[in-house]
Amino acid sequence: MRLLVSLVCALPLAAFAQDAKKEIEKYQQMLGEGSPAELWEVQGEELWKKPQGPKKASLERCDLGLGPGKVAGAYARLPRYFKDTDKVQDLESRLVSCMTELQGRSPKEATQRVFGNADRPAEMEYLVAYIVGQSRGHKMAVPNSHPKERAAYELGKKVFFYRAGTWDFSCASCHGETDKRIRMQDLPVLSEREGAQKAYTTWPAYRVSNSQLKTMQWRINDCYRQMRYPEPEFASEATIALTHFMAVTANGAPYRGPGTKR
Amino acid sequence: MSGPMKMRATLAAGYTDVRVLMTHPMTTAQSNQPLHFIQSVTVKQNGRTVVEAQISQAVSRNPVFTFRLKGGAKGDKIEVSWLDNKGESNKIEASVA
Repeated sequence: MRLLVSLVCALPLAAFAQDAKKEIEKYQQMLGEGSPAELWEVQGEELWKKPQGPKKASLERCDLGLGPGKVAGAYARLPRYFKDTDKVQDLESRLVSCMTELQGRSPKEATQRVFGNADRPAEMEYLVAYIVGQSRGHKMAVPNSHPKERAAYELGKKVFFYRAGTWDFSCASCHGETDKRIRMQDLPVLSEREGAQKAYTTWPAYRVSNSQLKTMQWRINDCYRQMRYPEPEFASEATIALTHFMAVTANGAPYRGPGTKR
Repeated sequence: MSGPMKMRATLAAGYTDVRVLMTHPMTTAQSNQPLHFIQSVTVKQNGRTVVEAQISQAVSRNPVFTFRLKGGAKGDKIEVSWLDNKGESNKIEASVA
């Protein structure tokens, strides 16, 4: 009798899980078809071309890795090593370098408000939306051959699996097992190719629930908040390394962002 | 000042698919801020009004509208405009592709 009851219970549950997954995918597809992220792209392009700072210069000569002013496809090849700063930089930290070098702004001023809110998004969020949108359809090809790039990859991997904080969590605590989800969001295994290709390529993203475009730096920052860690510094070596590790793992897949999330 | 709008109009079999994005706070009565929301949306096809819609606070911030217009031809001018309760407005025009 007990066996029968458990059988009867197990079957509809499995079917429900399948249906739920399909419905979630359908919902995400509908969200993606008309994404307000495009409005951020439009405003980001305006800011990219707008003369600002003491030098009254725009960011149009900014070198995102493919040469000054080359934006198309640049994000699909970031983070990478930059000779002028002698560092591995992600998009956000590279933008700060361009703001200080080209526009003459202080690093403090350039980073004083990197995460905005629904009423007033941040300059960084607009710029990021524009730049990543210019890599839509480009295959992820993040370089990992320079010694500093390889070091960042190894550090990022270590950070990903490093357990700490009041809950003894690591990134892998949530993103280390297949077929897990929180509410409507799948939790991809970001340390493996399939999961990284599926998820990394849809960030940064517009979040419908709070009407904001969220950058990768924000995504990592908020993961640490959820894990009850101290807040990481904006564009710190550790967050860039973690981004580099995930980006390299996602190599080969077409970039599909900026994405749209629930 | 109103933020940008974006629109795409494409011809399909016997109808025109329109998708339009608007930047608007769409503040509701439930927030502590003053009410601020789009009240009417007008769609014109080659200058002729084809849709006059009244919308409410129930619509999300930065709304996306997609709809189909009967018929249409490549090059038709589609214009979408909105007017909010403060009298602010914005519009965008695109050709059917």
